[in-house]
Amino acid sequence: MYVMMNIEKCTGCEECLSSCPFDAIEIREGKAFINENCQVCMACLSACPEGAISEIEKEEPVEFDIQKFKGVWVFAEQREGKVASVAYELLGAGHRLADELTTELSAVLFGASESEAQELIRWGADKVYFSTDPVFEKFNDEPYSQLFIQLIRKHQPEIVLAGATPIGRSFIPRVAARLGTGLTADCTSLEIDRETRNLLQIRPAFGGNIMATILCPNKRPQMATVRPRVMKRGQYNEKRTGEIIPVNPDGISTRTKVVETVKEISDIFVNLQEADIIISGGRGLGNPQGFKLLEKLAGLLGGAVGSSRAAVDEGWISYSHQVGQTGKTVCPKIYFACGISGAVQHLVGMQSSDIIIAINKNPEAPIFNVATYGIVGDLYEIIPLFIKKIKELRGMGESGSG
Amino acid sequence: MNIVVCIKQVPDTAEVKINPETNTLIREGVPSIINPFDMHAIEAALQIKEKVGGKVTVITMGPPQAETALRDALSMGADDAVLLTDRAFAGSDTWATSYTLSKAAEKLGADIIICGKQAIDGDTAQVGPEMAEFLDIPHISYIRKIEDIRADYIRVQRLMESGYDIVESTIPVLLTVVKELNEPRLPSLKGKMAAKKAVIKKWTSSDIGADEDKIGLKGSPTQVKNIFAPEAKTGRKMLEGTLEEQIDALIQELRQLKCM
Ligand SMILES: Cc1cc2nc3c(=O)[nH]c(=O)nc-3n(C[C@H](O)[C@H](O)[C@H](O)COP(=O)(O)OP(=O)(O)OC[C@H]3O[C@@H](n4cnc5c(N)ncnc54)[C@H](O)[C@@H]3O)c2cc1C
Ligand SMILES: Nc1ncnc2c1ncn2[C@@H]1O[C@H](COP(=O)(O)O)[C@@H](O)[C@H]1O
Repeated sequence: MYVMMNIEKCTGCEECLSSCPFDAIEIREGKAFINENCQVCMACLSACPEGAISEIEKEEPVEFDIQKFKGVWVFAEQREGKVASVAYELLGAGHRLADELTTELSAVLFGASESEAQELIRWGADKVYFSTDPVFEKFNDEPYSQLFIQLIRKHQPEIVLAGATPIGRSFIPRVAARLGTGLTADCTSLEIDRETRNLLQIRPAFGGNIMATILCPNKRPQMATVRPRVMKRGQYNEKRTGEIIPVNPDGISTRTKVVETVKEISDIFVNLQEADIIISGGRGLGNPQGFKLLEKLAGLLGGAVGSSRAAVDEGWISYSHQVGQTGKTVCPKIYFACGISGAVQHLVGMQSSDIIIAINKNPEAPIFNVATYGIVGDLYEIIPLFIKKIKELRGMGESGSG
Repeated sequence: MNIVVCIKQVPDTAEVKINPETNTLIREGVPSIINPFDMHAIEAALQIKEKVGGKVTVITMGPPQAETALRDALSMGADDAVLLTDRAFAGSDTWATSYTLSKAAEKLGADIIICGKQAIDGDTAQVGPEMAEFLDIPHISYIRKIEDIRADYIRVQRLMESGYDIVESTIPVLLTVVKELNEPRLPSLKGKMAAKKAVIKKWTSSDIGADEDKIGLKGSPTQVKNIFAPEAKTGRKMLEGTLEEQIDALIQELRQLKCM
């Protein structure tokens, strides 16, 4: 802790001088100045009529003993009380890392029921720290980060992973900032350096044009957000047991309030980051009805509907569907690009998909350069035919529409 | 209302290439732009000022050349600009960057700080929330609409996975914005003239009272070990035959790969 004078606010009124029992405040160039006599007694704080004096929490310059930190932690995010699938992927990755380090794997769950905590154990967690406090039901950065910071300070894990989802990417940075440790965003691969026990955090940068390996060698925990759908889930074992540890938020304060959660589109069509199959459409659809056709195919294959920016700009579909540099980054098992030219800003959001199927009239369209399978032709001929064939294959008549 | 916008000058990513022999970035000849998300942050700040009054200050931490980004922002209508530039800032990761920017925001007495959702060079999206924690103020990410703003209160829509949340906060607050929020204005002629003549403040680490152990390379917990080119995608296959044959072949392939 130390006391700070905000010289922008200070008017030089000298009110504070007499409040200081240690003669630590002097006037320099018409402004109050706190000198080295300050004992951080805080007596001056209330003396200032301008509110120019404040206390600053200073991180103690602790000699960092990284050996003290043990264990791998996974933040299991929930939405509407259900653990998000990215949490199970993190447990898969976390298990592998914990095995290599011969240490424990723990999960942290806020705002869901004990049965969800139990699921985390079946998916590989040894311990689950969990809180059912209603303050965690809806995602709110301040309570989430405050309790997570408290838990990490207390238990000192060496690795902390969270999903690179809107939730994880919003509040985990606060946690890392407060703990004075490094955070690597949106990792696509995690390895252990056997010699140093350091976590090698691999992630794309510059719009996917390069990959970088990031280390956090001298601080702990090593923190990373991990891109959904790139890590493999671990083994589910119904009989697996573990420890469930209820935790309570202590002295949590919040200045933000989540008033309402509004769903814009049904989950099946929009949850792009978790979908196995994505059917995306671009300007080549020609009109908003085109998306109806894509929805039909998506319904049949159990996929979600994505789009290029051009289609969003045309107003044919909402922004939440946009894939690409200024939209979502996705990597499903199969990505259909229908009537999308393949601009680099679109490619960076989808090129790590396992299989890319491009349907485009123009054989020269750059999308074919990244496509696993390309079909040159009119999507309005191809997709209906494709739908028909799938239905035939599944023995569904025309009436059995998906 | 004292509004501070954090902007970053970034290479236009579409053009960034990696030299496959040395595994380093080829930056020569790559144009620099204001990070696209930050354009929306500037626009948001100008609109807030128009609504409730106040002052818009743009800040950036970067090399001396980053001054051009600040002048561009001034030409759009920002009132003031600060360039945080110091050798000691070099090599900052997101932690050190956020610390440095937060010291500057503190010195400016910011009521509202606006950042882009992420910078397109690193795509980390960490600097905004980290700054808020350093300043001990709340933040709201991915703002797509500002519903209401008053001297000490703001209500916004926060974009989430399958819709949006309505979130309220006290002020001071830090916001990160997505492009859906607004359409950045073009610079006016008057703005361009003013920007040309404007004096841009240059602050070093001692000007913002930064702790030397927390800035630049020294203050950065993370290190880049190496960079490399992404694996090239294999197996591009143009299907052949009539459309019907192509579709049959595709279904065949997908079934073989157990994807259907
Ligand atoms: C800073 C910045 C950020 C951006 N971010 C994104 C982003 O996040 N996501 C994104 O997608 N874009 C983004 N863009 C825009 C991007 O550059 C392209 O403009 C956009 O992706 C083009 O969309 P499209 O492929 O749908 O349209 P077009 O480029 O117009 O392509 C339409 C394609 O459809 C084909 N076609 C037409 N009719 C048919 C038919 N009947 N059957 C089959 N094929 C047909 C055409 O041959 C053509 O190839 C960004 C741009 C900038 C500058
Ligand atoms: N060096 C910088 N100077 C000013 N603002 C920055 C800087 N780096 C990041 N920002 C701000 O933080 C946001 C997120 O950046 P990033 O965390 O790097 O993705 C950007 O959109 C900017 O608003």
